[in-house]
This record gives sequence, C-alpha cells and structure tokens, in this order.
Amino acid sequence: MISQIFILSSKGDHLIYKDFRGEAGSDAVTVFYEKVTALPGDQPPVVMSHGDLHFVHVRQGGLYCVATTAADSSPFTVIEFLNRLMALIKDYCGSLSEKSVRMNFALIYELLDEVVDYGYIQTTSSDVLKNFIQTEAVSSKPFSLFDLSNVGLFGAETQQSKVAPSSAATRPILSSRGEQGGKSEIFVDVIERLCVVIGSNGVVMKADVEGEIRVKCYMPSCSEMRIGLNEEFSIGKSQLRGYGAAVRVDECSFHQAVRLDEFDSHRILRVCPSQGEQTVMQYQLSDDLPSAPPFRLFPTVERDVGGRLLLYLKLRCDLPPKRSVLLQDATTTHTPLCQELSSPDQSAELQPHSRAVVWQIPRFPGGTQLSALFKLEVPGLSSASMLEVGPVGLSFELPKVTATGLQIRFLRLSPVQPGASQRWVRYVTHSDSYTIRI
Amino acid sequence: MPYLGSEDMVRELRRALSNPNVQSDHLRYRNTILKVVRAMSQGVDVSGLFSEMVKACATVDVVQKKLVYVFLCSYASLNPELSLLVINTLRKDCQDPNPMVRSLALRNMTNLRLPSLVEYVEQPLTAGLRDRAACVRRVAVLGWAKLHKLQASSDIDAAVVNELYSLLRDPDPVVMVNCLRALEEILKEEGGVAINKPIAHHLLNRLKECDVWGQCEVLKILERYRPQSEDELFDILSLLDPSLLSPHPPVMAATLSLFLSLCSGLPAASLSALERVRGPLLAACGSASREMRFTALCHIQLLLRSLPGLMGAHYKRFFCGYAEPAYIKQRKMQLLVELVNDENVALVLDELKGYCTDVNTDTAQAAISAIGRIGRSYSDRCLEILTGLLGLKQEHITSAVVQTVRDLVWVCPQCSEAVCLALEGCEETVQDSQGRQALLWLLGVYGERVSSAPYVLEVFIDGLRSEVSPGVKMELLTATMRLFLCRPAETQDMLGRLLHYCIEEETDMCVRDQALFYYRLLHCGIEETRKVLQGRRSDPSLGVLIGRPAEPVNQWARSFNTLEPLKQSAAETESTSGGSPEPVTSVPRPNTDLSLSSLSPSPVDKVHTVPLSLSLSPALSPEEFERLWLQRQGLHEHVHCPAPPRCSPQSLQAALQLVNVQTLAFTPPQTLPWRVYLYTHTRNTHPVMEGAVDEPGVKVTLKQQPRDDTALKGFLSILATVLHTLSSERA
Repeated sequence: MISQIFILSSKGDHLIYKDFRGEAGSDAVTVFYEKVTALPGDQPPVVMSHGDLHFVHVRQGGLYCVATTAADSSPFTVIEFLNRLMALIKDYCGSLSEKSVRMNFALIYELLDEVVDYGYIQTTSSDVLKNFIQTEAVSSKPFSLFDLSNVGLFGAETQQSKVAPSSAATRPILSSRGEQGGKSEIFVDVIERLCVVIGSNGVVMKADVEGEIRVKCYMPSCSEMRIGLNEEFSIGKSQLRGYGAAVRVDECSFHQAVRLDEFDSHRILRVCPSQGEQTVMQYQLSDDLPSAPPFRLFPTVERDVGGRLLLYLKLRCDLPPKRSVLLQDATTTHTPLCQELSSPDQSAELQPHSRAVVWQIPRFPGGTQLSALFKLEVPGLSSASMLEVGPVGLSFELPKVTATGLQIRFLRLSPVQPGASQRWVRYVTHSDSYTIRI
Repeated sequence: MPYLGSEDMVRELRRALSNPNVQSDHLRYRNTILKVVRAMSQGVDVSGLFSEMVKACATVDVVQKKLVYVFLCSYASLNPELSLLVINTLRKDCQDPNPMVRSLALRNMTNLRLPSLVEYVEQPLTAGLRDRAACVRRVAVLGWAKLHKLQASSDIDAAVVNELYSLLRDPDPVVMVNCLRALEEILKEEGGVAINKPIAHHLLNRLKECDVWGQCEVLKILERYRPQSEDELFDILSLLDPSLLSPHPPVMAATLSLFLSLCSGLPAASLSALERVRGPLLAACGSASREMRFTALCHIQLLLRSLPGLMGAHYKRFFCGYAEPAYIKQRKMQLLVELVNDENVALVLDELKGYCTDVNTDTAQAAISAIGRIGRSYSDRCLEILTGLLGLKQEHITSAVVQTVRDLVWVCPQCSEAVCLALEGCEETVQDSQGRQALLWLLGVYGERVSSAPYVLEVFIDGLRSEVSPGVKMELLTATMRLFLCRPAETQDMLGRLLHYCIEEETDMCVRDQALFYYRLLHCGIEETRKVLQGRRSDPSLGVLIGRPAEPVNQWARSFNTLEPLKQSAAETESTSGGSPEPVTSVPRPNTDLSLSSLSPSPVDKVHTVPLSLSLSPALSPEEFERLWLQRQGLHEHVHCPAPPRCSPQSLQAALQLVNVQTLAFTPPQTLPWRVYLYTHTRNTHPVMEGAVDEPGVKVTLKQQPRDDTALKGFLSILATVLHTLSSERA
C-alpha cells in the first residue's frame, strides 16, 4: 500500500507529487529532501523513516522516485513497482530525465492515476494502459536535420538505413498515434552485464554474467512473435546439447507471458509482445565463461628517482579483430599527473575528489594493445603506498558481443505483418563491474 | 514570458480562463488549464482559481477533464461548498456511454475526500458495482473503501459488504483483488476479510490469472488462513511451489512469506522452502536495479540466521562491484563475514583486503572491521593483513585498524603478542577520538609489553590542555593508572601531573570524578588498586558466542518481506562506523563502578551494602545448574531499573562476569520476556545463589542455599548496579 508518490530532481525540485490516501501531509517531500541532503555522500539508504512515515526510493536518471508507505509493506513490491513506474515513464515520454518529466507532467499524472488507485497498484501493463492514456507525449528532442540523414535519396535503400538508428529506441511508444505512417518496428536486445574480478597474478577470480533478452515493441498491434535461440543452448550443469561448444547458462527464467511449447525441442520462445519495453528472459552464468575475459591488463608500478610514482599500464583487448569498444578505466591514486598515452584520441585526467586517474579510450579495436604511462607526484611516497594503488576498474560497452555466446537465430512474426515492419536484433555487453587488481 | 510572482500569475491565469475567446478555442483553453496544473505541481498556491476550474470541468474533452480533476482533487478540501457544483457534472458523467469516462468520474468523485458529498456518491457507487465494464467495477469497489474512511463512524451497509464478497467471483482478476483490499479496510475492526476454506481455495485457483501485484496481495491475505488438515496444507504448498521460483522478486518474497506462516509448525518444510528460494534471491542480488539488490541482500541476511550454510558455495556473488554504492558494499561485507569457511577464507580475505583502501572511508572502515570479525576464527591471517595496513600511515585506516585490533584482542587474547609489536608508532597517525581511545586502552592493558608505552602516554599528557574529547581523557586516566601498576618507575611522575591537572583544572565533571576516584583509590594502597584496575584483559567466552547456532525460522519470519530488515542495516552500519563495540564502552567502566561495592565507604557509592564478594568457583555445569534450579524454592524480587538494558547479551555477559556472576544460558534476543539464567557463590559462607532475570521490568527469581538475607541483598544491589550501568550507557 502506497500513501504518496513523488518525483524529485537531484536538486530537490518538486516535479510530480501525488497523494493517494490523504494520510500524510505534503510536507513529506520536504522532509525527504532534508533527510537526503543531511547525509554525507550522495548515496542515501533505500529506506528512511521519519516518525510513521517510511520513504522508499529508487534513483534513476538523476531523479528520486519516492513512495511513502507503511512499515509492514513489502520492500520487494514497492521497489519493483517504482522501477516499473520509471520504465513506464520512459516508455511514454521517450526518455527519463528531469526535462522530459517536466515537459510531460500531465501525462505522468494521468499515468499515475491509472496505475495506482487509493494506494493500491492496479495495473502496470502497457497493453491495458494504452486504452486509457490520452495525453500525447511531448518529445524533448528538438527537430534536427540529422534525423533526416537516414532517409535515402528518393526513398532508396541506403547503407545507413540498414543499421538501427541509435535514437530509435528512445522515442515515446505512442507518438505515432493518429498518424498511420508511424514506423512499426520491433527491437530485440540481448543485453549482458559482466562482473569480473581478475587477481594481480592474472587469474580470473570471479566471472559472472547477468543477461536478459529485452523486447521493445512499437507495433500498434502485434500478434505472436517467435524468437529462436541457439540450438545448443543449455541450462544448468548437467544438460549438454549438440556437439559443438555449447552455450550454457546456470539459471534461466522467463516472463510469465512467454510460451515455452517449443523451447525444449527447438529452443524457440513464443511471445505476444505488448507495446513498450519488457524483459522476456533473464539468465545468469557464474564462474564459467566460454571464452577468456575481453580485457587483460599488464601493470607496472614503480618509484622513479625523483620520488614520483610511475604507473605503466598495458591493456590488451582479446576480442576478435574488427570489434571496437568504448572504454574508460580508473585507478585509485594521488595528486598531480603527467601522462603519455599511446594515441591522441585518448584522454586521461586525475579526479582529485575520488583520487582516481580516469583514462578514456573512445575506440579500442579487438586484438590490439594500448599503453599509458602516468607519473604521479605523491607527497610522502613510501614503499607502503604502492599497496594503495589500484584496483583498476574498467567500464565499457561491447556492441555485437555476448559473453555467453547466446545468439538469436531468427525472429518471426506470425502472421506476417501487412506493410513495412522492421525487426532489429541487437547485442551488447556492458561492464557491471570489471576489476583488475594490481 | 516574463517572470510573474505567484499572485500575478494567478491573476493572469484567471483572466485567461474567464476569457470567452480562450474558452471557445478548445486548444488554448486546454493549454491554460495545463499551465494551472503545472503551477500547482511546482508548489504555487492556485486554489483561488477553483470556481473557474469547476466550470472547465464540463467538457467532452477527456484530457481536459483529467487535468481539471487533478486540480479539483488537490483543492477540494479547501472549498467544500464550491465542490458541490462539481458533483452534478460527475454524476452526469457516471451515466456516460463511454466506460472510461464513467470510471474516471467515479474515481474522482471518491477522491474529492469530502464527507459532505457522501450522500451523493453512494448511489453511483452502488450502480458502479454492477457495471458492465470491468474498469468501472474496479474503481467502484475501491470507492467503497474510500467512503468508509471518510465516515468511519457510520457503518457501511451490510448489503454492500455482501456484494463485495460476491464480487470475489468477478471474472476480472483486478476486481477480485480490489474486493479483498476494500473488505480488508472496511472490516478492519473485525480483523479484516474473513478467509474460509472456499474463499481460500477460490483465491488459490485464480492466482495464475492475476498480475504480479495482484498475486502479492492475494498471497499476503492468505497468510491469515489456517488449513484444516495436513493434507490440505500440503496441497496448498505444492500448488504454491512454482511461485517460489518466480522471476519476479515480489512474488517470490510473498510466496516465501506465506510458506513460512503456513509451515510455522513444520520447521523442516520451512527450511526446504528457504533452500528453494536461493536461486531467485541470488538472481535478485544481481538485478540491474541497485535498490533491488540491496533489498535482496538484506533478506539473505535474515535467511542466514536460520540456515548459515545456505549461501556457502556462492560467496563470490557477494564480492563488491566496482561502482556499487557504499550501502551495498557494506551489506555485502557483512554477508561475506558470515560465509567464511576453511576453503574460502584466503579468497575472501584477499577480496576484503582490496576494499580496505577504498576511497570511501566508511567502506574502508567497514572492510577493516569485517577482517577483524573474521579474525576471531582465523586470527593469524587477519592480523597479518591488519598490521600490513598500518604501514600505509593513512589516518582513517590506522584508526580503524587500532579499533578492530582492540576488539579482536578482547576476544582472542592469543593475538596480543602480535598486536603489541604492531602498536609502535601508531600514535602519530591516529587522530580521531575513537581511534585514540582504542590505542590508549591497548597501551594500558598491554603496557608492560610495549616498550614505548610510557613515552606515548607522556605525549598525550603533555597535550592534555588542547584535548577536547572527555572520552579520551578518561581512557588516558585508566591507561596511565594501569601502566603505573606494572611500570611504576617510568610512570609515577606523569601520573602525578595527570591527576593534578584533572582534579585541579579539568572542567568536565566525569573526568574530574574519575581522577578523584583514582586518587582515593591510590590512598587505599597498591593491592586494592591492583584489584580494581587489573581485572580482565579479555573474554574468550565471547568468541564461542559469536559462532552462533542456527536460530529457528520463527524468530524472524514475521519481519520477512517488510521494511524492517532494510532499516536494521542502517542502524548496524552506524554502529560499526561509530567505532566502539563491546569492550571499551561497556567493560572497563563497569569494572571500576561495580568494584566500588566491595570497597569500604566511598563518595560515589550510593548503595550501602555489607561488603560482599562473589566468586565463580566451584564452576557449575549446565546439568548441575538445572538440577539445583529445579530442587530449590524460588524467591521473587524486583530490581528497579529505569529502562531494562537494551544491550547485546554478549555485553551483559561480559559485564556480569566482571562481578563474578556467571551467565549460564539466555533466551535468544528479541523474545519477550527475555530471560537469562545466572549463578554465583559468596566467598565467606559458601552458599550457592542462582538467579533468573526476566525482562521487561526486570524480575529476579532467586534460589539460595542456605538462605542468607544479607548476601541476597548484596547480590541484588550488585545486579542492579550492573543493569543501571548498562542501561545508562545505552542511553
């Protein structure tokens, strides 16, 4: 049971406030923000209480989405609901930011009104909600000539239009209401998050993958879709299929709308996607990656004659060639810095408040090696302070790669949609936490 | 648009709203209303526009209607009379052919929260219950709950309650769930909606039709149902079993909660349910949402209380991510401490060692104290890491290490050798008061083994004038006294200066009193002083209590799936970052206070008792104790303690041992009444005394052989002093 819901910007501006039960006063918002700002650091605990008021919040896109509730309500439910609410706002407004929430406040009020009644969650299914939501989203993106760049000359198929424009998945799901010409598109994303710890001796100490298949559907009416996974896909340790290198995950769970009649025999998922975004399948794999982790680091930490700390990092990307990645990494250390990087488009800077060197690498082709040398002035450098250097954390995005090797064989809509419909399959692997000890 | 003050803005908006040109232009009118609502949500007081907005309500445009309703519902309570004007429009809308308009009108009618409108609302609500469209029925059902809250005094018609019960069979699952919610509120005084066997089975059968939120609600309400036979119970359990593995954490948690309440009499079944949810819980720990991760971690901690081995093989899942927020990291470290075993200890310590140099000082300190806690079982490895950290000469790290080492030595006296070696040179780096207190305590207790101890204390004494923390001064007094006992030649001069300063110039009363007390104590002779100050250096028995046995599930089942476990964590992290667990706060001070009763008249001693000394020998085995306890007659006595001490059993046990009272057993914490069994002997007459302390209100049952009233009184006063000291310290 939820008493109030409000959305605050990171600076504490009231963006949305809705009181469902009239039990707590509207000063709850101020109380909450005071509590947040009174705490050191910018990571307030998820649950805070003030007398009988209990605040549960999630933080996304720089916004605080807060629910006030009673002490005996389920935290799993409240947090899952707030996350779902943010996802709905993102679906309806295109993106989740202070600006888009400000511009679409009427839409969000309408949404809240349908989603929650008297503090009880009614429905969060976008299929149901689309019948009720009338306000149109105001897109926060101004018109830009770049949007036209995908249109070929005289409507001809250009090379560019074969690639899904990256902005495509951030438009509001209902923006095409009324105008029949709206593109009917469907995106199937395989997203994996890597969590790796590599010891100072180069041994992989831990490697976890959390993956999901996410469907984002812009089709006004979509019938059944069949998603074919790798035939040799297997779940658990005992089960092995096929002869080649099996694609294996430890645990796997499906959205309740997924029908699994053909899953056991042909590894086919059958779904009727509703408009908007939904996660069709989630899976985990721990400690048994089919391939070596994508990055290797060869660090050297030394003290030079002038009492400076020399940090020489050699980073190797073990992906197949022709894959490029966006990468940034950080090491913990001290003050002023002089640097030598292997290529001019990289940059490095020292962030004093977090005592970290951030080395940014815009593109990193597979099979290559990069190096960087940092010289750091450390006051009172001793041999013990060498221990303080590290670990190195890498954050990156690997497009077109899955760490588990999961692939989508085909994507079929049945019956075949009239008119042009576009289907996109995208793979991406993110670093959840990729740590290399020095 | 130029910036307008709120009054100007309201005036401007009013002019626009009443402008006939605007009113006739559909889009301009809607935009003006949008501006009003925007101003409202930004916190501008636009209540003055109420009558204009009431007019705007009569429109066919649904979007405009919705906007106006948002406004009206916020301000209706300020304008009850004007709100009457809206009710006509709303009632008309309830007849609209479009179900969406009907449900909208009905919902907002009840959201106005005006008791004066109740009579107009009842009829449309009754009609709403029988509406063809499910969305109207959903609203109408909850509408009755809202109505009940508005006029709780007058009972809602029994016919309505019956109708709501019959709507549990509604084909729409949301209507069914809403009925449960509404009945739960309306029948609150009678204990909520009645769940009998047919209703329970009906709900269970329809569980699959509901969405995630509905399932959670139904599962929660079913917790009240008690199956009539064992067969029925197992049928329900096997029906619910797949939900335990649900990919949605809310459903999984609600199902487990229901399992635990159904199986409260079957511990084996609840334990196997805990095993089942391991997979989903671990998946939630890796969820993309960090708030969800945190929730799952907190609940795993609950489960571990009953099944310590549950996550043993998965300890790597609790290694901290690089960019995770501090509150998750600290939670994960607490979990890692509980998962340590012989096989993984090296890896876990290696991981924790990496966190000790974290940029966030709270995280670093939490990591250090986690290593300290593992040190209770694997002292050598941990001490090696901790002493290595001292080499970094970082202020916050050294301070945390010293505090951790102090706590470790208290439990594992065998570590003292290594600790004494490491202490040299720390005093320059430790700056905060908590760290210095810990350092002083260590120097006092192990002073004879640290060669530089007198010089360190001298530096402290020389800097006394600029010292602000009374805690540090008191610790310094005790440490210097203790050092004086073992190294008098080096310490005598500085002790004199310290006592002189504290008695003559100190303004803090506590410090002054303590100095005076030590001064008088020295007058009583060196033996007497030794008896008071050189009590105990460690308490190995605490180590045994830390590897606590598995608790029964019922201990925590009630707080599962509530906000409780998430809040607890906040308190715990505070106490660890605050720095001072049991030893220093609770032990040395009771030591000095309590021994007073064995001294001859002293100014602080308020309880005038015959000197009574207690002893622990001969020790009693639990069986012997039980035999004696059952044999003897009990005397009931009340000890007056303002607030029963809310301290951990460990610190109570430690404090009681200082006065030679042995605790033999106690009930797990948080059970009421909380009970502890203790025994002691008096030295001169050799009677055996036993007591069981009941809380709250501290009732003591005493059994004594042979009966000796003075000894009895003495024992009670000592007990009272201990409890007083502990409770005042907590406060």
